[in-house]
Amino acid sequence: MSGRTLTFGLFVVFILITLGITIWARANTRGADDFYAGGRTFSGAQNGVALAGDYMSAASFLGIAGIIALNGYDGFLYSIGFLVAWLLALLLVEMVRNAGRFTMGDVLARRVRRQAPVRRAAAVSTVTVSVFYLLAQMVGAGALVSLLLGIHRGERFLGMDAGTAKTVTIVAVGALMIFYVAFGGMKATTWVQIIKSVLLMAGAVVLTVLVLGRFGFDVSSLLGSAADASGRGEAFLRPGERYGRDVPGDAYQTIVNKLDFISLALALVLGTAGLPHIVSRFFAVPDGRAARRSVSWAIGLVGVFYLMTLALGFGAAALVGRQAIVAQDPSGNTAAPQLAQAVGEHIGGRLGGDVLLAFIGAVAFATILAVVSGLVLASSASLAHDYFGQVLMLGRPRESQEVAVARFASFLVGTLAIVLAVVARNLNVAFLVALAFAMAASANVPAIVLSLFWRRFNSAGVVAGIYGGLASALVLVFFSPIVSGKADPVTGDSLSLFPAGVDFHLFPLENPGLVSIPIGFACAVAGTFLGRDKSDTERYDDLSVRALTGAGAH
Amino acid sequence: MVGGLAPVAEYERFLLLRRRFRRAAAVVAGVFLGWYFVYVGLSAFARGFMARTVVGHVNVALLLGLLQFVSTFALAAGYAAYARRRLDPLAGELR
Repeated sequence: MSGRTLTFGLFVVFILITLGITIWARANTRGADDFYAGGRTFSGAQNGVALAGDYMSAASFLGIAGIIALNGYDGFLYSIGFLVAWLLALLLVEMVRNAGRFTMGDVLARRVRRQAPVRRAAAVSTVTVSVFYLLAQMVGAGALVSLLLGIHRGERFLGMDAGTAKTVTIVAVGALMIFYVAFGGMKATTWVQIIKSVLLMAGAVVLTVLVLGRFGFDVSSLLGSAADASGRGEAFLRPGERYGRDVPGDAYQTIVNKLDFISLALALVLGTAGLPHIVSRFFAVPDGRAARRSVSWAIGLVGVFYLMTLALGFGAAALVGRQAIVAQDPSGNTAAPQLAQAVGEHIGGRLGGDVLLAFIGAVAFATILAVVSGLVLASSASLAHDYFGQVLMLGRPRESQEVAVARFASFLVGTLAIVLAVVARNLNVAFLVALAFAMAASANVPAIVLSLFWRRFNSAGVVAGIYGGLASALVLVFFSPIVSGKADPVTGDSLSLFPAGVDFHLFPLENPGLVSIPIGFACAVAGTFLGRDKSDTERYDDLSVRALTGAGAH
Repeated sequence: MVGGLAPVAEYERFLLLRRRFRRAAAVVAGVFLGWYFVYVGLSAFARGFMARTVVGHVNVALLLGLLQFVSTFALAAGYAAYARRRLDPLAGELR
């Protein structure tokens, strides 16, 4: 049996199990509480495992291992930002859980006079951030599954060439995610997430132990081998290979690079607490205390996981080597699976390599499926609950009607994501993950924080903050070197979305956070003072009591 | 009911709860954001210092990065313990 058949077989097993869970969840989902919040019956630990699963996307598992394998230390900077950010979530989670019901919109709307515009803004922002994040995951899935199944240019698998396999994968992943969400709601999504999270941790532990074992459990010797194999020596173990690069003789570009790095760090550290699929998971537990416990669990799991990516990334650099990684995928996304094959072969010959590769490949596939489902659920919940239920039906929808709309909305959002991903399938969209973090930090986080802590805040402030933060992040990225005007200094090939020669970039930074996050806060404050509606301090007091004590929580 | 719990916001015990929460949150946020940006700043502007060897192939950059993990775990555990001991009982009284 070839490794490819084994990988494919494990994909099928995972899909069958999760479909079974979805059918069970469908039979046990009755009202809105079940569909949006899994009946709020998950324990803090279960929900924490699922939260960690939501966060450990393919971008962080494969992406960070790949960045470390190719750029050394700088990949570690990424994972530190991703982890530290959870402390902000820990401080906010209990208040958000107590004040809201199903969505971020619930939290923002509780204290304002005019609900409709606030709900509408919350839905717009939730869907926008989710769709960008979805797009990144799904385009990545297409490329990745073809790679994991080992379909190279000119090869065929089940009668498909590499290009067709990419499109088929995107459509299949999209169809499965719509099915999980539309039928199983939060119950199915959470169990899929828990299974994937356990598989992912298990896979990472096995790989880490095998890698460290190769170096006699001596971290310094692992680092030394990675540095030697990278061809860059000790510089590989220091910051500066990728982020904040020094450009000799060009002080301007050096400063731009450093500001860009700080901008990325800011977006990572502030964005997490505003990601829609993370926020909607805060509501799947019985009370605020369980919500806090789930974030504590997530911090532990995510932290241990990122420590292991350090071993995986440096291990891949040392044992697979830069050349072999780049030959498979220039951005390094296959470094972890390649490492699995290499260490598997070392202990179990060809079969060992195939088995371990198949396992890690299936874990990566499960990761993508679970994360996209969480994103679709968050956006369909916001569309149905915030927009349909509170804006169109003026807060008086029948519960069964709203849930039916949510199921339909998941179909709409999912289809939109599939179409966009197929269109963008050959673009390098990895930057969209960082953009989603920047948008969440610029639009959602100011609105959430000011709603909870600023007495004077009002509906005009929420609306201005969300639209201002969202628009500034989008506009700045559109005019950044990510979209146009960045070329490889040696070959002249375009490193932007647009082909070489097109250059309308006006904003020097690739990550907008450094500018768009302050704009988000400034718009929220300005909107509050300039808007005509008054603040409602009585409702703010009510919100504070609910948020801090948990009285009257759903 | 709109604004139904607002009167509780005047209670002595509630004001104590809010003061404690805000102080704890400010301390945690101040420490982690400050320390994180010190680390980011060192990574961007103090490359020579970060490159110093500590032991074997382990340098200052790696050590400080690992300390970010340690501090995150410690702050999370500390905050969770404080909330259990000093915030939850007060919240329970007011509920």
